[in-house]
Amino acid sequence: MRLLPAFLAVLMMLSGPAIAEVSEVYDFDTRAEEQRYQQLISELRCPKCQNQNIADSNAPISKDMRDEVYRMMQDGASNDQIVGALVDRFGEFVQYKPPVDNRTILLWAFPAIATIGGFLIVAGVVWRARRREDEPPLSAEDRARAEQILASQSDKADRR
Amino acid sequence: MYPELGQLALILSLLLAVLLSVVPLAGALTGRDSLQAFARPLASGMFVFTALAFAILTHAFLVDDFSVAYVANNSNSMLPWYYKFSAVWGGHEGSLLLWILMLIGWTLAVAIFSRKLPSVMVSQVLSVLGMVSVGFLLFIILTSNPFDRLLPNVPADGQDLNPLLQDIGLIMHPPMLYMGYVGFSVAFAFAIAALINGRLDAAWARWSRPWTTVAWSFLTLGIALGSWWAYYELGWGGWWFWDPVENASLLPWLSGTALMHSLAVTEKRGVFKSWTVLLAIVTFALSLLGAFLVRSGVLTSVHAFASDPERGSFLLALLGITILASLTLYAFRAPVVHVRSRYGSLSREIFLLLNNVLLVSATMLVAIGTLYPLVLDYLDLGKLSIGEPFFNTTFSPLAVATGLLLGAGIFSRWKKTDGGWLARKLLWPLAISLVASAAVMIGYGGFAPWAFLGVFAAMWVTVATAWDLWDKSASRKGRWHGLKRQSRSYWGMVLGHLGLAMVMAGATVVSNYGVERDVRMQPGDRAMVGDYEIVFTDIGERRGPNFTAQYGSFNVYLDGELVTDLHPEKRQYPVGMSVMTEADIDAGLFRDVFVAIGERISDDAWAIRLQYKPLVRWLWLGSLVMAIGGFLAIADKRYRVRVRDEEAVKSGEPAVPGKVAEAST
Amino acid sequence: MKRVLLFLPLLIAVGVGVFLFAGLGKDPTKLESVLVGKPVPEFSLESLDNPDVKLDPSVFQGEVSLLNVWAEWCPSCWDEHEYLMYLAREQGVRIVGLNYKDQRENAFRFLNRLGNPYETIIFDPKGTLGFDLGVYGAPETFVIDADGVVRYRHVGVVNQKVWDEVLLPVIAQARGSS
Repeated sequence: MRLLPAFLAVLMMLSGPAIAEVSEVYDFDTRAEEQRYQQLISELRCPKCQNQNIADSNAPISKDMRDEVYRMMQDGASNDQIVGALVDRFGEFVQYKPPVDNRTILLWAFPAIATIGGFLIVAGVVWRARRREDEPPLSAEDRARAEQILASQSDKADRR
Repeated sequence: MYPELGQLALILSLLLAVLLSVVPLAGALTGRDSLQAFARPLASGMFVFTALAFAILTHAFLVDDFSVAYVANNSNSMLPWYYKFSAVWGGHEGSLLLWILMLIGWTLAVAIFSRKLPSVMVSQVLSVLGMVSVGFLLFIILTSNPFDRLLPNVPADGQDLNPLLQDIGLIMHPPMLYMGYVGFSVAFAFAIAALINGRLDAAWARWSRPWTTVAWSFLTLGIALGSWWAYYELGWGGWWFWDPVENASLLPWLSGTALMHSLAVTEKRGVFKSWTVLLAIVTFALSLLGAFLVRSGVLTSVHAFASDPERGSFLLALLGITILASLTLYAFRAPVVHVRSRYGSLSREIFLLLNNVLLVSATMLVAIGTLYPLVLDYLDLGKLSIGEPFFNTTFSPLAVATGLLLGAGIFSRWKKTDGGWLARKLLWPLAISLVASAAVMIGYGGFAPWAFLGVFAAMWVTVATAWDLWDKSASRKGRWHGLKRQSRSYWGMVLGHLGLAMVMAGATVVSNYGVERDVRMQPGDRAMVGDYEIVFTDIGERRGPNFTAQYGSFNVYLDGELVTDLHPEKRQYPVGMSVMTEADIDAGLFRDVFVAIGERISDDAWAIRLQYKPLVRWLWLGSLVMAIGGFLAIADKRYRVRVRDEEAVKSGEPAVPGKVAEAST
Repeated sequence: MKRVLLFLPLLIAVGVGVFLFAGLGKDPTKLESVLVGKPVPEFSLESLDNPDVKLDPSVFQGEVSLLNVWAEWCPSCWDEHEYLMYLAREQGVRIVGLNYKDQRENAFRFLNRLGNPYETIIFDPKGTLGFDLGVYGAPETFVIDADGVVRYRHVGVVNQKVWDEVLLPVIAQARGSS
C-alpha cells in the first residue's frame, strides 16, 4: 500500500551530497528551547519528500531547513519570523498549519459552523417533537388556533 | 499458463456479477421467485472464480513466476515465503484483487447468513452488491490486470517488495482495512434495497446493524494496525500524521460510527430513517472516495500507489455513478413523513442525534481538511498544506465534546429522561472523573488545559460506563448473576465505549507528555529522555536474509537500574537500493522507550532519536477493545432473526415497524 | 419543500466530484517557485572556474538566461546534461550554472566528461544561494529575464518535451517583454 516511501528513499540515496556535513544535532541552552525547536520542525513540511515534516525527513533539503530554523532561533527570531523566512523561499506549502486569511477562513471556522448548525437542527427536531407531545393536553382554543395556523401554512411563526 | 487462467477466472466472475446484478433484481421487481432463486448460486459462483484468481496470483508469487509483471515488480526470489505471500497485496493490482475478493466474500456472507430474510430483500441486496462488483471487476480487468505478462523478456529476478512492507503489521493491515471499507457495501446494499422497495422500517435497520458493526470493527482494527505499523516501522515514532490517506480511512470510520448509533435509534424507535439511510450511503461513498484518493494520484501522500490518470478517471467514473445513482434514488425515495414517535429533549434519541451531529461534523472536517488544498489549487489560490497543527486544533474539541456527551448519554432513557434525575445521576461520576483527572495531571507533572480536557473526557466516559454497568447488574441473586444477565450487545457497547476512552487517554497523554529528542551520540555517550537514561554502548554490523544492517546497542536505565537493551538498526536493501530505519522499542503498558538511529554525523558519532511515549499502547489496545466490543455486539441473540418476520413479509403483510422494535426491546 | 432538502447530498457530491475531476492528471507534487516575478536573491559567490572572481545577481542582467542547478552527485543531472549541451550549442541559449553543494574537483570531472554548456558557473558548495532560491533537489532550472527577474522554475530533468512545452514559451514571453 505504501510504495512511494521506498521510491523516495531511493531518490534520496541517489541524490545525497557527497560531503560529510557538520553536526546535524543541535545544542540548546534550555529544555524549553529544544522543545520549541522540535515543535517548529514538526510543523514544517519537506518540499522534497512531501509527506514528511522536516523533523522526520532525511532529505538534504530538510537538513538545510533544520539548520536554518536553528540558526534563526540562535539569532533570536520569533516563530513567525522563522516560518515566514522559509515560506518566502519555498512557498506556503511548507507550513502544515494553513494561515488564517480569507481563503481559509471557511476551513478554520468549519467545525464551529457545522457543530452549531447541527445543534440548531437538533433543537428544531426537539422543539417539534415536544410540540407534538404537548398536543393532547391542548385546550380547545389552542387547538383551534393551531389549526388556523397550520391552515395558513406558517407554522414557523408560532412560538407560543 | 496459470496466469491466463487467473484472468479467465476474473472474466467469468465478471459475467456472473453482471447476471447477479440483473436477474435477482428483475425477479424481485416482477415477483418471480424463480429468478430470485438465482441470487445465491450466482454469488457463490462469483466467489469461487474470484478466489481462484486470487489463489493463482498467490501461486505465481510463491513459485517466483517473474514472467508476471506484477510479481516481477513486487517480489524477489530472496524474499522469505511469508512476505512473498503478503506481497500479493503489496501493490496496486494485487491489493485491488484482494479488495474485490473481500467484496465478493461479503456478498457470499450475505447470501449465506440471510436465509431467514425475505427473499425479495435478499435478491435486491445481492443484486446491488453484484453491481458494485461489476464496477470493480471492470476496473481490474480493464486498467489493472495483475496477470499481465512480461513476455518474452522474462526478468531473471524480481525488483523486490518495498522493504517498508516487509513486516507483520503490513501483512495484516490491508486485509483488515479492506474488510472494513468493503464491509460497508453491505449496509449500503441494504439501504439501496430498502429505498427501492420503499420499506425503510425497523426490520431494515435491524438487518443492517450487525453488518455495519462487523465492518466497523474490521475498519477499527485496520486503522489501528496501520497506525501501529507507522509507529514502529516508518522510523519516526509518529502514530497519526493526518496524511490524506490516513484521513481517507478515518472518514468512513467516523461516519460508520455515526451510522451504527443512528441505526440503533432507527431499530429501537423507528425514527430518523431518512438520516440513517443517508449515512449508510455516505459511509460507503467515503470508502470509495478513500480508494479513489489512494489510487488516483490527486493528492500527495506517503501511502499512495503510483498514480495513473487513466485509473483515476475510471475510479472517478465508478465513484460518480455509484454515488450519483444512489443519492438520486435517495432524493426521490427517502421518506419525508414524520413517524409519530415521542421523544423528549433529554431522551436517548436526542443524545444519539447529538452524537451524530458531532461525528458528522468531524467527518466533514476531515473531508474538508483533506480536500481543501485540491480546491484551492484548482481555483489558483495557492498551494497550501493542511496537516497536524490544523487537525489537532480543530479535531480535538470535537473529540472531547463527543466524550462529554457520551458520558451523559449513557444514563439517558429512550423516549424521555427526567432532567433532575439525570443531573443527580451524573454528580458522582463527574466528581470522580474530576479528581481522577487531576491526579493524572499531577502524576505526569504538569497541567495543560487540553491535556486535562482530554483526560477528563476519557475518565468521564469510563466512570459513566462503569457506573451504568453497576446499576444495570444489580440483582437479588448477586452481582455475578446480574452481570451475566446483560445482553451481549450491551457488553459490546460497554467495551466499545471503554475502548474509545482508552484511545482518548492514550492520544492525549502521549501528545502532551511524550518526550522526543534528537541527540548526537557516539558509543559511550549517555542521554536522558523522560526519566530514562539511555547509554549508547556499541555499534555493529549484521546480515539479514535480503539486507545488511548496522545496529546500535543501547542500555536503558531507570533510576540507575538496567531496564532493557535496545538494538535499533539501519538496513540497506541492495535489490531495491533502499535504506530503512528500524527503530527498537521497549514496549510497556504505561510507556514505550523508543530508540532509532539516524544519519551518521562523523566517523563515530550518530544522530540518535530518543523518545519516551507514555500510554502510547493504549491507542491500539483501546482500538482492539473497541473492535472486540463490535464483534461481541453482533453475537447477540436477537440477531438470529426469527422465522416469524420472514413469514409475515412473505405473506405480503407489511412489516410493522413498531412490532419488530417492541419485540427486540 | 422537504423533498428539496433531500437533494442537498446529491448537490454536494456533484460539487466534490467536479474538484476531484479537475484534480485528475495534475501532479500534486509540483510546486511553483515563490520567486516568480521577483528578482534573483542577493548573493556573492565564487565562480567555479576562478575562486578569485566573485559573482552576484548582475550576471543575469541584459539577456534572458536559464539558471541550471546541478551537481556531480546528482544522477538526473548526468541525464539532462546532453540536452543542455544541445540547447547551448545549437539553440544559442544562455545558460548560467549553479553548482550546488558540490566539490570543485568533482564538478570539473563532470564537465570534462560531458562538456560545458554554461556561460558562467556559480559555485555554491554550501547551497546557500540554492536555499534562497528554494531549491529542494537538483536538477532545477529557472528562467530569468533580462532584468534579473525569475520568470519560471522547472523541477526535474530538462528534455525536448519540457523545452518545447514549458520552457520555450516562457522564454519567448520573457524576450518579448523586455
